[in-house]
Amino acid sequence: MPIHWAGLSRKSWKSAASLARSVGGRLVSLWGSDRRPIDGQLAVNAAYAVGEGLAWITLPLTDALRVYPSIADVFTQAARMQRAASDLVGLVPEEHGDTRPWLRHDAWPVGYHPLLSDCSGQETFDAVPDPYPFVQVEGDGVHEIAVGPVHAGIIEPGHFRFSVVGEKVLRLEQRLGYTHKGIEKRFEGQSPREAIRLAARVSGDSTVAFGWAYAMAAESLSGCTVPPRAQWLRALALERERIANHLGDLGALGNDAGFAFGLAQFSRLKEDWLRENGEAFGHRYAMDWIVAGGVGTDPGQPRLDRIARHCDEVEREVARLQTIYDEHAGLQDRFTGAGRVSPELAVRLGLTGLAGRASGVAHDLRSDLRFAPYDALAPRCATSSAGDVAARVAVRFDELFESLRLVRAIAVRLPDGPIHAVPPDVATAERGAGWVEGWRGEIFVAIELDASGLIRRCHCHDPSWQNWPLLEHAVIGNIVPDFPLINKSFNLSYSGQDL
Amino acid sequence: MWPITRQIVRVGLVSEPAPEPEIAWRTDAQWIQSEILRILGRALSIRQVDAGSCNGCELEIHALSNAYYNIEGLGIRFVASPRHADLLLVTGPVSRHMRVALQRTYQATPEPRLVVAVGDCGCTGGVFGENYASCGRVANVIPVDVAIPGCPPTPIDLLKGILAAVDRRPAGSSRDFRP
Repeated sequence: MPIHWAGLSRKSWKSAASLARSVGGRLVSLWGSDRRPIDGQLAVNAAYAVGEGLAWITLPLTDALRVYPSIADVFTQAARMQRAASDLVGLVPEEHGDTRPWLRHDAWPVGYHPLLSDCSGQETFDAVPDPYPFVQVEGDGVHEIAVGPVHAGIIEPGHFRFSVVGEKVLRLEQRLGYTHKGIEKRFEGQSPREAIRLAARVSGDSTVAFGWAYAMAAESLSGCTVPPRAQWLRALALERERIANHLGDLGALGNDAGFAFGLAQFSRLKEDWLRENGEAFGHRYAMDWIVAGGVGTDPGQPRLDRIARHCDEVEREVARLQTIYDEHAGLQDRFTGAGRVSPELAVRLGLTGLAGRASGVAHDLRSDLRFAPYDALAPRCATSSAGDVAARVAVRFDELFESLRLVRAIAVRLPDGPIHAVPPDVATAERGAGWVEGWRGEIFVAIELDASGLIRRCHCHDPSWQNWPLLEHAVIGNIVPDFPLINKSFNLSYSGQDL
Repeated sequence: MWPITRQIVRVGLVSEPAPEPEIAWRTDAQWIQSEILRILGRALSIRQVDAGSCNGCELEIHALSNAYYNIEGLGIRFVASPRHADLLLVTGPVSRHMRVALQRTYQATPEPRLVVAVGDCGCTGGVFGENYASCGRVANVIPVDVAIPGCPPTPIDLLKGILAAVDRRPAGSSRDFRP
């Protein structure tokens, strides 16, 4: 992956953001790090996708100067990431209006910043009530509906505050951070090779994508070259993860629109798919199967042949179900026009990944950058410009078929050779990064090592950071009962952004 | 309507003898159902609470509802409110931000109530452990009857764990479930 690092001065930090914006770049991630044990400095980092690669830029800060120019006026999606950097590292953006905490609720006090090197992370505090001021909507007949953190289904926890008139949503405000469990602190001091188990558990539904992105970062630290067969097998697992999630969500979307048949059919296909994963990877979700240097086991050609045949079968079944979905008037009535994000809004606010592609933002690292082995597979980027639930359903179907094609192609054309290279023990670089197109969107991992070659900072970024704020926009003007459907069409990760 | 009906007929009943690798499933299903009838004499209602998991356990809990495991066919149902629940199925580690919500959910569940902690994290805190943001295992926050290991536990293990919790109830207490 073409990833470049540069240290910047205070003056060029802000102009770098403007420059990235002006050339049509995207903000991939923003995070703070404490490098005082290495070079005596604190730092705020940003990763921009520009042109043919990714630029990771770092602005050094000091104990005395922990403020930096906010880039939220250039990339609005930076706002929550800046609030998180303020909570975790104590780095404060200048000129940024919203100073409310984001990941800190009441578990630790103002002034405690867990990712600072002088905190062990084992400190515990008595919970001090810390009321969060939600934005109030006033007017005749306006009332609030508060939902969560414990939701009515089998879903991750978070809080949604709806301001409504009758059934119509005037405003939704999210309060996330409930599943914050100190993942990034946990990385500190671990060896880059071992910490992959933690990366694989940032968001369980994207375990392959996080595992691969982390492995890529760890391999770039030591200059380890992954054997071609291992690259292809990683792509096999990544596409299988994409298919498993699309199968599950397409069924759930039918169910949320009152079509239980869809859930029954798709969840049966998903179960078949997961059992095949179990046989191919030794785990139904291929968790921990990707390791630094390659992959853990080889499914072997007989299994790969069966996988290719199974793709034909699933393709036929999904095509049949797609026709049923497309021709079902009740379903289409719920899907069409619901939760619309216009292409203009998507670009302005930085919608990314699958949801971005359904709103005309035609980016997919697999087709944009053609990282190995996608250079040999020519993946197609599925897009729509409608931006509603129907568009996100359509893009999921398109991606499902394309991924089935890719899985089949990989199973047939996979090169022979070893599946694992032993990564050198000694790191040759102090920074490493990985960047992979997961099923939800681009997943980014950045690692910084200390002088002894252990992890000083590991930042894992899920695209849900970018897309959660867009969900707030997508529901405006819709009715409350359509929220679960709209929410499911995005299906964003809580754990992945809460960390 | 015709394509839908045709698809339903084409697929048929998949809940019957399951394909490999779950050969033991049919026996398990019958055993589970007879256990539920023996112990409860009626259905079991579960309220699932994600108290800070990576969402991996939730994937497998969802899988319980597919046609293969057919959990509703066994008389087990997921309910939307703790007030309707006999059992809390809790995934963790319990984040400190979810501690109060979990305690309130527990208090809102009518007695006698059962708690099943799910996954390596629910059992021990898993890879996340205990720290400024994580309380670790579920038992550190509310009393736990059974803890199901696995990362994530398979649907079969989830079922076995749920039944193990039900079976732990003292003799005669099944009366508590009757109206």
